[in-house]
Amino acid sequence: MKKVLKPREREQLLGTVYAFPMGIWFTLFFTIPLGIIVLYSFLKRGLYGGVEWQFTFDAYAQMFNPSFAKVVVRTLWISIVSTLGCILIAIPCGYAMAKSKYQTFLLFLIIIPFWTNSLIRIYAWISILSTEGFVNTILIKLGILTEGVQLIYNNGAVVLVLIYMYLPFAILPLFTTIDKFDFALLDAARDLGATKLESIVKVMFPNIKSGLSTAFIFTFIPIFGAYTVPLLVGGKDSTMIGNIIVDQVSKTRNWPLASAFSMVLTFISLVGVFWMLYTGKREQQQSKKTTQQSLEQNVRKHHLPRGGK
Amino acid sequence: MKGVEVTVEQVSRAYGSFKALDDVSVQIKKGEFFSLLGPSGCGKTTLLRIIAGFDYPDTGTVEFDGKNILPLPPDKRQSNTVFQTYALFPHLTVYENVAFPLRLRRVEKNELDRKVREYVHLVQLDEHIDKKPSMLSGGQKQRVAIARALINEPSVLLLDEPLSALDAKLRQNLLIELDVIHDKVGITFIYVTHDQSEALSVSDRIAVMNKGKILQIGTPYEIYEAPATRFVAQFIGESNIFPCTVLSCEPHEGEYMLKVDVPSLGGVVSVTDYDPLEIGSEVDFTVRPEKVRITSTPPRTMHKELNLYKGVVDEPVYSGFQSKFYIRLDNEEKSIVKVFKQHTTFLDEGPEIDWRDTVYVSWTATDGYLVKETNR
Repeated sequence: MKKVLKPREREQLLGTVYAFPMGIWFTLFFTIPLGIIVLYSFLKRGLYGGVEWQFTFDAYAQMFNPSFAKVVVRTLWISIVSTLGCILIAIPCGYAMAKSKYQTFLLFLIIIPFWTNSLIRIYAWISILSTEGFVNTILIKLGILTEGVQLIYNNGAVVLVLIYMYLPFAILPLFTTIDKFDFALLDAARDLGATKLESIVKVMFPNIKSGLSTAFIFTFIPIFGAYTVPLLVGGKDSTMIGNIIVDQVSKTRNWPLASAFSMVLTFISLVGVFWMLYTGKREQQQSKKTTQQSLEQNVRKHHLPRGGK
Repeated sequence: MKGVEVTVEQVSRAYGSFKALDDVSVQIKKGEFFSLLGPSGCGKTTLLRIIAGFDYPDTGTVEFDGKNILPLPPDKRQSNTVFQTYALFPHLTVYENVAFPLRLRRVEKNELDRKVREYVHLVQLDEHIDKKPSMLSGGQKQRVAIARALINEPSVLLLDEPLSALDAKLRQNLLIELDVIHDKVGITFIYVTHDQSEALSVSDRIAVMNKGKILQIGTPYEIYEAPATRFVAQFIGESNIFPCTVLSCEPHEGEYMLKVDVPSLGGVVSVTDYDPLEIGSEVDFTVRPEKVRITSTPPRTMHKELNLYKGVVDEPVYSGFQSKFYIRLDNEEKSIVKVFKQHTTFLDEGPEIDWRDTVYVSWTATDGYLVKETNR
């Protein structure tokens, strides 16, 4: 007899079929390369690049080197400062956009920079910040400075340009959550005796938590792996982990070491993603539990005889 | 009385060319349950938001016990608000929602706990104290909002259509509870609603508003029995309203007996009123549907000033405890008169009245009323 599928089973089967091309794509161009990196990080370094097929922890041992440690620490603080900078700017931005009548237009403005190649945008910053650049010219014309100041090729410039590059990734998730936020809650808080700041910190922030964590992940992970920005606007002491990896692949040709550093980046990013998934899931479970309970309450109230439990 | 006297003087507020409030003045007494009643867009919520501090008038003043409060931000005013959409903090439990105002004032821990439990008990939510708002029903949410607004011990409680999102039965119960709470705390309540039955049943006084103006301020009885304008007569309860001209006016048992010409009713109608009216003045004659008697045969009454009309049942509307009949009068105008008939006991009733039956409708001179201000 021919087996007839129930509608739900058929839907599940179709889902698998639809997901197939994406599955192949990710396997070929994401999972396999990642596997190769994991593999390489445990192999011996080839003399002119490449690897020798010999299992070793050499690459990981080489990472414990004071000069690398310095870079890791620097990468961490630059990433944290830039991420916090992005979020601090993005919160009022998202708030203003959610309240604005011209939401679509403002969203459009946020997306425009993506139409230009990121390298070109970084070079634009070079011409703005350099000694003969835009900022210096104006300051000299205004008589505030007599000669150009070195604004570029330092860590400050790296942080500034990183914030510029990744700000949209913080604004977009914050905007969507703030847009869903019920602003009457702020009125209520004010009515109950909260100052403007208290109402925002005590009522708005807890209710846009998911947007805050998404914004954090969306900016921290790419900033942590950044290498073009420190390379182009940073100075001698602006090297980040991303630059080490590039150097190890192209100049020093120590592929296992490059792979090991990539593993560090991937690992830290994964921790972030899992943290986000975990908190998101917990919130979901909580709301699921509550609807379940209120449903039970309703049933008990309306459908059970009075008095009996 | 713990409440304050709220004085609103000549307050106007316009949004662009739309006048939300147009020169509104009202004095609300200490500890009064005062309602602002009107259709949506009449400016009642705007007035409430101005008193709360969320909106600011273009001109005019608002005073609590003679002190101008307009320069104060919402958090510095002695008023608290219960919002239509509850506005409970979704990330906090019932306990923490109610404790919120106390935490802001850094109230000592034991004192805070005692007060929160007291107010949660006041609104009978003791068993739900640790739940999040998402687990509560609409009525329970609104009770949390009431407890949260009262815990600061405000002098004025502002209620912005607090029951409009609830179903009819619950609304009635919560309304009675609100009245009990008002008696317990004794502060001034300002209650905004578009539901006339809510306003009539609990208010000490009502202000009826339309198009940014207050049309009448009075007790529920005054508003219902002696509407000041045609709008009030139509908005509060149901009315039969017909334009008329005063023909004669004589003193009668401490009041005045008037004869008015009502073209829609096909002739002269007698009606009593508290005040004399000039002969020839154009006013509105109104009689409430529940004061009209409907019978299958001419009523056997010796009443001298009985207004009696013959007509046909155009449309009977059954609604359980009573029926509403639209009677088409047997005159040139064929005007419609609305009549309520209570279904009391079987003994009282004559033959059942049905569609297309010929009936007699009647009322006495004291049942009618003349509305003086006809243009608003």
